[in-house]
Amino acid sequence: MAITALNVTKRFGDFVALDDVSIEIPDGSLTALLGPSGSGKSTLLRVIAGLETPDTGSVSLNGRDVTELPAHRRDIGFVFQHYAAFKHMTVARNIAFGLEIRKRPKDEIRRRVAELIELVHLDGLGDRYPSQLSGGQRQRMALARALAVEPEVLLLDEPFGALDARVRKDLRMWLRRLHDEVHVTTVIVTHDQEEAMEVADSVVVMHRGRIEQEGAPRELYDNPANRFVMSFVGPVSELGDALVRPHDIEIRHSPNGTTQSAVVERVVHLGFEVRVILTLENGEQLTAQLTRDEAASLGIEPGSSVFVRPRAARRFAEPEPA
Amino acid sequence: MIARWGLRIVALGYLAMLLLVPVGMILYHTFKDGFAPFWDAITQPDALHALRLTIEIALIVVPLNTIFGIIIAIMLVRHRVPGATLISAVLALPFALSPVVVGLALILTYGQTGWFGADLAREGVTVIFSLPGMVLATMFVSLPFVAREVMPVLREVGEEQEQAAATLGAGAFTTFRRITLPAIRWGVVYGVILATARCIGEYGAVAVVSGNVIGSSETATVYVNRSYESFDKQGAYSVAVVLALVALATVLLMTLFKPRSEA
Repeated sequence: MAITALNVTKRFGDFVALDDVSIEIPDGSLTALLGPSGSGKSTLLRVIAGLETPDTGSVSLNGRDVTELPAHRRDIGFVFQHYAAFKHMTVARNIAFGLEIRKRPKDEIRRRVAELIELVHLDGLGDRYPSQLSGGQRQRMALARALAVEPEVLLLDEPFGALDARVRKDLRMWLRRLHDEVHVTTVIVTHDQEEAMEVADSVVVMHRGRIEQEGAPRELYDNPANRFVMSFVGPVSELGDALVRPHDIEIRHSPNGTTQSAVVERVVHLGFEVRVILTLENGEQLTAQLTRDEAASLGIEPGSSVFVRPRAARRFAEPEPA
Repeated sequence: MIARWGLRIVALGYLAMLLLVPVGMILYHTFKDGFAPFWDAITQPDALHALRLTIEIALIVVPLNTIFGIIIAIMLVRHRVPGATLISAVLALPFALSPVVVGLALILTYGQTGWFGADLAREGVTVIFSLPGMVLATMFVSLPFVAREVMPVLREVGEEQEQAAATLGAGAFTTFRRITLPAIRWGVVYGVILATARCIGEYGAVAVVSGNVIGSSETATVYVNRSYESFDKQGAYSVAVVLALVALATVLLMTLFKPRSEA
């Protein structure tokens, strides 16, 4: 189902969490709201869910205006960063909760819970309590609980934020596969650009309560609308007033008219990737990214003098406001 | 080493002289002629009536204060109410105010010549010197227990489970019944135990408003005091022992429940 938010503003005291935000999320998509903390991404998600009331503006789900509708009547699924597991209920009861509220027949509930436990790979853990599960298992239980009622939209608020790096990566891939199976319109909030790029069809970059840019991951990376987006969706090095991706910095042994001279400060080997930290004549530092083979053929060592040139660089009209 | 033993002796001696020895003395004097005098004393009609009245009052007051306590705790913790700090402070007043003052205040409000006591009297309702007055006095002194036990638990549990229930389609009442109440249950139990103990042990406020009509408006604590003053030592000690046993049971229940409420 399509989600539309129109001119939504939300303040908490003096803090403007959302500043006249409008967004349209297409039916069946998996969209990431990406931004640093305090950018308003979670607030936007909570406004869509009905957990926060916007000061102005409206929210509609599939063309139905739900701005005045309380959360419990919006037919959404919501997954919280810290799981929000019902601690006094078993896994199966947690998952059954929404179905019990909807007074579905007992055997239908039992069947559906069994299906979901299988879907989220918690087989055999139905009688456990949340405190007996790992973080990753708890979050999968929370997902099953949200999916049980077949919500029209699934909203995830930093769902993997409290998990360790490995579990996070696994769950991310798993969420993507799940979405390809279930096709429910999904919005995921994250501050991790890699997570957003890996999982989502479409990424919405937020900053200071506004939307900076939205588009496919690749489009954001290749055609960032401004300095903030460019530096948030991937690593950047500054070269004068231009921004360069580290892999777009060419390192040569001889000048060619467009190069600047630089000294190699440090070489970091990260397996396939090699990171070279350089100091320019004016004292500015920048990071270049090479493949292992490139680094080997150039024979770069700390202290060697080289010449650098951006293969592609971007200049943005507005400087980043302080 | 010496310092540690000294500390223990002081602390335990303090406890012993203040609590154990006096309670032990009551037990000793109650049972020094065997069980029969104790039994006779507490099965006296007036003694039975006093014990029954105490239980009756507790049965009215504790449920009312439990419901009120849960409501005000949720209001103060979950909703942004103006003046929440002030309300919290007022809620602590019964702890600070002497029960005798509470009794006097109730007489000034509900007595025959009180603020609306006269109007009530015209309607045929007597508050002071009868059950309603004693219930009011007991309600006042045991008011804060449930609320003050539940508030920190509510804060600690947080709002996320309730919000999750809402997103799953549960309305406010269902969320309260299925999520909030189970989450705060040990806080409630603990508050109820404390409030019950306070209700049963209340003397000052009740003594002022009850009028102390023997066999009619006399609670167990008032009975103990009157028996003692009229030289019915066995009667006083025996009912006192019953009250002490109730207190002991309360403490036991509390130690049973406390670890779970913290789990």
